[in-house]
Amino acid sequence: MSTASPERKARMRFPVLILMNLLPSTWRTGRREGMIENRPLLTFFSHVILAIGVVIVALPVYITFIASTHTAEEVLQAPMSLLPGSHVIENYVAALAHGAGESTAGVGRMMVNSLVSALVIAIGKIVISLLSAFAIVYFRFPLRTFFFWMIFVTLMLPVEVRILPTYKVVSDLGMLDTYAGLTVPLIASATATFLFRQFFLTIPDELAEAARIDGAGPMRFFWDVVVPLSRTNIAALFVILFIYGWNQYLWPLLITTQETMYTTVIGIKRMISGGDAATEWNLVMATAMLAMLPPALVVLLMQRWFVKGLVDTEK
Amino acid sequence: MAAEKRALFRSSWLPYALLLPQLVVTVVFFFWPAAQALYQSVLIQDPFGGNLQFVWFDNFKELWHDELYLASFKVTAIFSVLVAAIGLSVSLLLAVFADQVVRGANAYKTLLIWPYAVAPAIAAVLWMFLFNPTLGVLAYWLRQAGIDWNYLLYGDQALLLVVIAAVWKQVSYNFLFFLAGLQSIPKSLIEAAAIDGAGPVRRFFTIVFPLLSPTTFFLLVVNIVYAFFETFGIIDAATSGGPGQATEILVYKVYKDGFKGLDLGGSAAQSVVLMAIVITLTVIQFRYVERKVQY
Repeated sequence: MSTASPERKARMRFPVLILMNLLPSTWRTGRREGMIENRPLLTFFSHVILAIGVVIVALPVYITFIASTHTAEEVLQAPMSLLPGSHVIENYVAALAHGAGESTAGVGRMMVNSLVSALVIAIGKIVISLLSAFAIVYFRFPLRTFFFWMIFVTLMLPVEVRILPTYKVVSDLGMLDTYAGLTVPLIASATATFLFRQFFLTIPDELAEAARIDGAGPMRFFWDVVVPLSRTNIAALFVILFIYGWNQYLWPLLITTQETMYTTVIGIKRMISGGDAATEWNLVMATAMLAMLPPALVVLLMQRWFVKGLVDTEK
Repeated sequence: MAAEKRALFRSSWLPYALLLPQLVVTVVFFFWPAAQALYQSVLIQDPFGGNLQFVWFDNFKELWHDELYLASFKVTAIFSVLVAAIGLSVSLLLAVFADQVVRGANAYKTLLIWPYAVAPAIAAVLWMFLFNPTLGVLAYWLRQAGIDWNYLLYGDQALLLVVIAAVWKQVSYNFLFFLAGLQSIPKSLIEAAAIDGAGPVRRFFTIVFPLLSPTTFFLLVVNIVYAFFETFGIIDAATSGGPGQATEILVYKVYKDGFKGLDLGGSAAQSVVLMAIVITLTVIQFRYVERKVQY
């Protein structure tokens, strides 16, 4: 490690912010002033390339949707028809009610599990990060730098590199197959803590002084000033963390053994593990559509916060 | 230490109480397991918990002589280079053209960013379905074109499949950052070059691309980290490391050896190697940024 202080490191975490300040305004208007030269052919060519890009990006999802509207037999005919079939409702109802293949748990239940974990992870990360960033910015106390480093180091310990021992801890604590086990080990977040710390440092000192003179304690100041001012940051982080929570794979795969605790993403994996012939691809594809829908909706509906969140967290 | 608060609150216990939840989770689920991994990496233990033996660095030595492990290193290297190279090129291309068009740039952005929301494992299932040898639409077209396509049999094809799925998911992220980088390049520079008679291609290679290098380097590190650690879901759902060991990246091997093979010491040693890789990548990222962002 270099000798730079932890504060310095934290600032480095968000370098692209500087670049990105330009970003929302140019995107909102969707146009830029002063074309350098007018080249209709180049513009046409650009649209062609972009359209090809959009089609390639959309292709797998289109095919998935088509497969989810046919019967299992129709999907198995190679090549499958590339036009929508007529079994939309029955496929989705079947998937939601009792899943596909070897899995017997309905996707409805799995979606509830995914939703609960995504919400707990996103809100939990935001709450504990707000609290610890507030402590680090607004108080001076022994071991402050040490704690800051402790939080920083977690950046370097993703779940993937400490799979077995973390599994063992969760199993010793009796948290296998529980919502707590699905969520709590994932809610420590250095990134969110740094982000809030950065933001708190920009809150004018006069506000805290005024609060103190008015006799407001630290927690009162936290609730009435700091949290309301952090609203946009919270929204941006929420979008990113919701997607992060919903899309978790390795962790739920390890700690869930009962079908009633599967998340949607894990459910799909179990549905296809029976081999080609046994797989009801139409229902698997309906499940895939259902698994993509909530995070995709969050991205599209909260696009502004999504872009801000991506840039801020560099996730 | 710049930017410290002047207005502070005083309390002998409150800051600790505020930090407590974060620290408890950090210690219990990060530091303790990481310490366990370090500890187990120098031990040999049978899977049922008995017969513990301290073996110094034997587990690591064994890794360096284990051909399967070295093969997995090679697969990981090829995989991450392909994911980063293809992902960055494709998204840079799209971002450059999106930066060109005056009308519809916003619509293209919306149409290109949503794959970020798709879980890696789901991305794998989508592409696996397209390339499935018996019923995949793309596999059918490939066969019509005379290509013997079966990723369940041919390692190269399996690797190609997971690369495509990984790139597909990551293009949206790269695209956003490249587009932002392009839009932050001062217009006056490009106009000056245009007046001097430089065409669009020349302008791109002499002005735009060099000015984008901070973004490119940042994305390169992010993409390598992504390929190393976040593609577990893609590998597990699409190929489970197969056929043979053709798509068995390091993270997948830790999981397989630890959970399926019950080789605790070996798996822990692999975890320690991975930790060293993460730490190196994080330090590279920070050191680089430290030098570069001094505006």
